[in-house]
Amino acid sequence: MNTGTMHKNPLELAIRYGFLVLLGGLALFFSLYASGFASPRSAVFILQSVAITGILALGVTCTLVVGGFDLSIGSVATSALMLSAYSMVVLEQSAFVAVALCLVMGAVVGLINGFLIVKMRVPDLLATLGMMFLLIGLQRIPTQGNSIATGMSLGEGVVAEGTFSEAFLWLGRHRFDLFLDRLLPVPVVVFLLIALLIWLFLGYTRHGRLMYAIGSNERAAELVGTNVQRYKIVAYMISGMLASVGGILLAARLGRGDIASGNNLLLDSVAAALIGFAVLGAARPNAFGTAAGALFVGILLQGLTMMNAPYYMQDFVKGAVLVAALVFTFYLSSRRGGRRTA
Amino acid sequence: MPDVTCKLSGLEKSFGRNHVLRGIDLELRAGEVTALMGANGAGKSTLVKVLCGYHFADAGEIELAGAPFKPLDAADAISKGVVTVHQSIDDGVIPDLDVATNLTLDLLTEPGADFFVNDRKLRRQARKVAESMGLTMDVRTRVADLEVADRQMIAIARAMARAPKLLILDEPTSSLSASEADRLFALIDRLRAEGVAILYISHRMSDIRRVADRIVSMRDGAISGLFETEPLDYVGAVNAMLGHQMTEVDIDQVAGGDPILEVDGIRLFENGPQIDLTAREGEVVALTGLLGSGTTELAEVLFGLAKPAGGSLRLDGKAYTPKSAEDAVSKGVFMSPKDRSVNAVVPDFDIANNMTLPFLGAFSRFSFLSERGQRRAADDMIDKIGIVCQGNSDGINTLSGGNQQKVMIGRWLLQASRVLLLDEPFQGVDIGARRDIGHYIRQTAKGRTTLVFVAEIDEALEIADRIVVMHEAAIVGEYINKNVDLNRLVADVSGPASGQGKREAATQAMAG
Repeated sequence: MNTGTMHKNPLELAIRYGFLVLLGGLALFFSLYASGFASPRSAVFILQSVAITGILALGVTCTLVVGGFDLSIGSVATSALMLSAYSMVVLEQSAFVAVALCLVMGAVVGLINGFLIVKMRVPDLLATLGMMFLLIGLQRIPTQGNSIATGMSLGEGVVAEGTFSEAFLWLGRHRFDLFLDRLLPVPVVVFLLIALLIWLFLGYTRHGRLMYAIGSNERAAELVGTNVQRYKIVAYMISGMLASVGGILLAARLGRGDIASGNNLLLDSVAAALIGFAVLGAARPNAFGTAAGALFVGILLQGLTMMNAPYYMQDFVKGAVLVAALVFTFYLSSRRGGRRTA
Repeated sequence: MPDVTCKLSGLEKSFGRNHVLRGIDLELRAGEVTALMGANGAGKSTLVKVLCGYHFADAGEIELAGAPFKPLDAADAISKGVVTVHQSIDDGVIPDLDVATNLTLDLLTEPGADFFVNDRKLRRQARKVAESMGLTMDVRTRVADLEVADRQMIAIARAMARAPKLLILDEPTSSLSASEADRLFALIDRLRAEGVAILYISHRMSDIRRVADRIVSMRDGAISGLFETEPLDYVGAVNAMLGHQMTEVDIDQVAGGDPILEVDGIRLFENGPQIDLTAREGEVVALTGLLGSGTTELAEVLFGLAKPAGGSLRLDGKAYTPKSAEDAVSKGVFMSPKDRSVNAVVPDFDIANNMTLPFLGAFSRFSFLSERGQRRAADDMIDKIGIVCQGNSDGINTLSGGNQQKVMIGRWLLQASRVLLLDEPFQGVDIGARRDIGHYIRQTAKGRTTLVFVAEIDEALEIADRIVVMHEAAIVGEYINKNVDLNRLVADVSGPASGQGKREAATQAMAG
């Protein structure tokens, strides 16, 4: 009832800015205590480490906005990784064809996910879980479960002669000059661009607004004349395409179709998107939050690594951050919400 | 005088600066049905929530069977003998389980219950409970497959299995048909005879006439009237609830211009009766009928949510076959659906975004939204339709029901329509907001035709130029809203020979 005074309420301030203050505090702490942390190179390193995860997380954010979920993003990314390698190394195609194939593959997977969920009425978690398994298996079939690299045996004495083209590797390895020589890697630029686009799309276009409406009350959105099914399918297609962008960048960085790469992508990117709920007290999926969430995890891991924390601590730390962010989002925001409606 | 089961004295409750209960003194006696009436926001729900352990009272005392009663939470209240059947039925049952399990669920959670479930024994016990309540269905039926009334009976039966001292029924007939409600009333009669104190909360005069032994009216968080001498003064109770004599609203009846929407032989189901109706420019047509009479189904057909089983529609003389809500809206047919919290409100959005939702295209350039345009339009509508709020960025759930409904109606008045369909626009809306909404609908009625689907006759009388009565998917009566013969109208609504007297009397009481 007394919403007018809410803005000065400390709880409200904590919910709104607590996470960003924490992010700043963390950066400050590591700058003081981890030597070499506060440098442009270190900052870029952090960005690079979260770029691919962040791109996937932005995709999953779109599905979260319409009240869905996409568990297949990790396997879409690794499928794109394998597909791009296969098309260049085995089929000897150009970088352009490889990228186009991957994007189409991501869009098609998203379309199928959306179709299963919207038309076949399979619950989102189950449909995308099924798709995840399917893709994990599918990506291994053409190479009998082997990684793809130039010179690999294709059976009967034939050897794969194609190579990763320079143009393709540029996507993963080129660094733009910015104040310093060779500072900004392409994936970071791509990540920042996509983050900006998704932020604008979700927050400031009518399509984004309708997607939030669908996530909040699907029936109401439908009854005001929104084509709910189309928006949901589009959300999954965005998710699939962004996941394959992530896979392309990963392939370009590795320079080979490594079957074992990208295991952590799904969990890390989902975590980033969920941590994003807590940013600015949004309590709902949002692009800015997702990017900040990815950055938060990156800063924390980089700082801890520079302070010589062992690598096996990483997942534990991520998990702890995620749980804290979820408590932040759901418990504190519900208390706020409760007061408002009382 | 029967024993006092529950005694409230000086009960107070505030939320922030908002005093919702201002000192309630009330006695509920064994074997009596006390009807509690009150407009929205009078404090009925809060009173119930205090009684069933959901809220703590700030001040005052409750005695239950002579002992002080201070429930710690809902479970505690139940174990002490205060059982509530809430308005939404599915809170009281587990739809995916069968009747037997639903009726015996409490036995499963009892300390000392067997580890293995003996289905046959459970069914036997369930059958006993069901019989004692006059339920005849097979106890192996899944609750989800039952009719609403049966589900409600089971919710009550579950409540009764705990042998309550005080049973609270919160708007129990709100989703029941007339015959289903009769079964509920029979059950209430039986419970009354068993000496249960019953607090019956309802808006419906017909219910209250049927079951109440005494009536308590609430207004602004206080008891504004107590009626317990035979014969009960129903009109007095309504007046005490509203605080003023209900007067008939003066309608400047309009005949309407050119036909806009023509309904030609529409059948709502295979081999159903044909519906013919012409709605004209500038007029407000109320379609009224009991639950299940086909009003909602007709609205769905007109808005493209359901396909008719036959017949055709014309809009401005051209064939009109809406395929979806999207299609209907694009052709200028707008609908404000019933049950706003399910069908209309976007809880995450503020007033401005809820209101402008259907027309975001008009508030954007190259798909980019103009926030300022949205807020300006919202402010404009807030003024015109009289929404009480701090500003257009208030969360929609901070508003009262009436004001929420104003936002939902205002949503469809932002742009001109050819046909405006309003399904139960006054659902859960207090009398003041109802007047505001009705007034504004009539004021803007020019240039379109407006169809209002309402179950309550007095709501139809308040808003319409013409009243069309539906019964069992057919149009059975039509009245120009000028010196309407209420008796005939009520007779049409009730259909041939079914409990006319009750409805009639109720309507007269409501219409003053």
